[in-house]
Amino acid sequence: MTTDFQLDSLPAAAELQPGLVAVAMSGGVDSSTVAALVLQHGRPIVGLTMQLWNQRRLPELQGDGPARHRCCSLDDVYDAKRVAQHLGFPHYVVNFEEQFEQRVVRPFVEQYLSGRTPIACTNCNTDVKFEPLLRMARQIGAERLATGHYARIQKDAATGRYQLLRARDDSKDQSYFLWGLTQEQLSRSEFPLGERTKSEVRELARNVHLPVAEKPESMELCFVPNGNYVQFIHAYAREDGRPLDDSEGDIVTEDGSIIGRHTGVHNYTVGQRKGLGFATGKPIYVLAIDPGKNRVIVGEDDALRAATLEIENVNWISIQQPAAPLRAQVKIRHKHEPAAATVEALPGLRIRISFDAPQRAITPGQAAVLYDGDLVLAGGWIK
Amino acid sequence: MNRIYLDHNATTPVDPAVLEAMIPYFSSDFGNASSIHTFGQRALAAVETAREQVAALINARPQEIVFTSGGTESDNHAIFGVTASSGSAHIITSSIEHEAVLNSCQALEKLGVAVTYLGVSSVGLLDLDDLRKAIRPETILITVMHANNELGTIQPLAEIGRIAAEHDIYFHTDAVQAVGKISADVGALQLDLLSLSGHKLYAPKGIGAIYIKGGTRLRQLLFGGHHQRGFRPGTENVAGIVGLGKAAELARTSLAEDTAHVAALRDRLEQGLLARVPDTRANAAGAPRTPNTSNITFSGIEGEALIIALDLRGLACSTGAACSSGAVEPSHVLTAIGLPGSQARASIRFSLGRNTTAAEIDAALEIVPAAVAQLRQLSPTYKKEASAHH
Repeated sequence: MTTDFQLDSLPAAAELQPGLVAVAMSGGVDSSTVAALVLQHGRPIVGLTMQLWNQRRLPELQGDGPARHRCCSLDDVYDAKRVAQHLGFPHYVVNFEEQFEQRVVRPFVEQYLSGRTPIACTNCNTDVKFEPLLRMARQIGAERLATGHYARIQKDAATGRYQLLRARDDSKDQSYFLWGLTQEQLSRSEFPLGERTKSEVRELARNVHLPVAEKPESMELCFVPNGNYVQFIHAYAREDGRPLDDSEGDIVTEDGSIIGRHTGVHNYTVGQRKGLGFATGKPIYVLAIDPGKNRVIVGEDDALRAATLEIENVNWISIQQPAAPLRAQVKIRHKHEPAAATVEALPGLRIRISFDAPQRAITPGQAAVLYDGDLVLAGGWIK
Repeated sequence: MNRIYLDHNATTPVDPAVLEAMIPYFSSDFGNASSIHTFGQRALAAVETAREQVAALINARPQEIVFTSGGTESDNHAIFGVTASSGSAHIITSSIEHEAVLNSCQALEKLGVAVTYLGVSSVGLLDLDDLRKAIRPETILITVMHANNELGTIQPLAEIGRIAAEHDIYFHTDAVQAVGKISADVGALQLDLLSLSGHKLYAPKGIGAIYIKGGTRLRQLLFGGHHQRGFRPGTENVAGIVGLGKAAELARTSLAEDTAHVAALRDRLEQGLLARVPDTRANAAGAPRTPNTSNITFSGIEGEALIIALDLRGLACSTGAACSSGAVEPSHVLTAIGLPGSQARASIRFSLGRNTTAAEIDAALEIVPAAVAQLRQLSPTYKKEASAHH
């Protein structure tokens, strides 16, 4: 399996070749290894690194020195270029800052301000990586796009439908963030890491001497330089000329009785227990946030649990929308253990989910993703 | 694949005659031009010959030429040098300058210097009335580029020089994109300061010069030894200086020939593209332009994608100023001439050189229309924009 790549002092000559594959390169070990894997299969590749966010914006969020180990930083662009030079394929940086802000950052902030708990990565996949980036790949002559996502794509021989599956490495599985992909997008995408574990990927990276083989993982939101997204939202809203109302308000129970004061609704998330600033006999959790009335609603653990929910903007991915209710395992946040449920498609791209047992902290703004074993059936946004 | 290079405003290849002139000064005549001995004297003689060659190209006196590391250093030297030797100050510049000028001015603004950024017309020309109105009693410097890197537009420097002289204001030009392409005569233009760069005129990267008119009160930028009469300390880059001198001589002797050759090919490229590709416009085509530059908007495409598509097909060109990260920012020049964002992003710069051939232009006229067609086929905006026009 190991091929010894020679370090070449010059980048490979860019040349349009049949079967050209574009590789989305973040500068991290995963997508860099994808480049090595596709090359090992003898296919010509072109590396594309997206410039998504200007890290010099919102300078109040910068600590001392340059931001490290996050996508969008110049260090990561540099790493991607080093990998391309090392393996010998053409590489380009492409600027999607405007799309990223309009389709990911701004919606993220808007959702948050309306009391929801948004996910940025799903929008980035659906609306940036597999939309303008895939389109650009095709425009420059690459018909397919390979990425470092941990998930699998297969074609159902019977129906001709492209299906999305969980990664073999459950601890790295990213299928939860990919439910928005269309058949067209799936038909042109490749996830070479879907069959591999993270440690296998590191080993592959070491075997071909990738300069990023030992680079640490980036865990946080790429556009939040210090990992503090509440601080980011404050700074972004201020730059946008509409500083957040940070006034204190009431913490109330479900029946409306006031039991405390909050320090500004934007500092709370559903399910939060710590930092409520008061002690009662039983543990108290945030049940909901109501920015309109400037209130935080709290209650006990059982009030946080619900057995049914509705999701909207649904995408049926691996199967067509079914006529009858069906059984599925449903994941309501990235780190949630999928729970058994009966799901029913409703008109208007909605699904009603009825869990066998109540689930804790079903959070508006997060996605619910429906699985049948490894197969991703559908996903949608929690209302 | 035979690659075609149409990005000479970014950089040019070193001319073989320039390289040949430089080679002795790396190893055999390697002396330090400040040394007393024969090795030093040989290096010094080469440096002074080069100074004469550069001076001759812009009609300056040799002692008015100071060698620098390039255009950026020369621009910084001129702008900070003038400003540092005076108290409260005001500078006038244009909104389409190179970042070496714009960012120098912005740095001075942070230190309390006032800066006026004059707008330009739809072809990138400064309005002389605007300039006159912008002058204040404390204005100490007018800095306006000679030719624009993205459009090729040539500013009316003679008129600006007259206005600056009337008001006794120092006049600097960033002539990096002009020197070697068009005549740049510091006397006729009444310039006090001029920046030029070697690698834009077939000399190597890392060498440039600043013209400092005799009598100009200019504080030095760098501190060190007494090289170049104290104007620019640091051991002279003798080989680079020799290369710049030789390149200046070549530019002076072949300017008319180069201009005719390059202008004919540029026009052939531009007219060919306009004829072959629908919904296409040549920017600043109505203005006086450097003969090698053509900036074209292909509606409905992303210039960035077109650059990559063309590179993969063996044609090198650019969207404008190259950026350190390799990513492309929207062009402040195209925005300044009034192009909306989508049009600015759909614009490509072709810049030809002395060695560009008719065969290369004919090949470009096959490659570019095909690439644009492929991009437009997948463009979410092209059909909409096109149908809005009809």
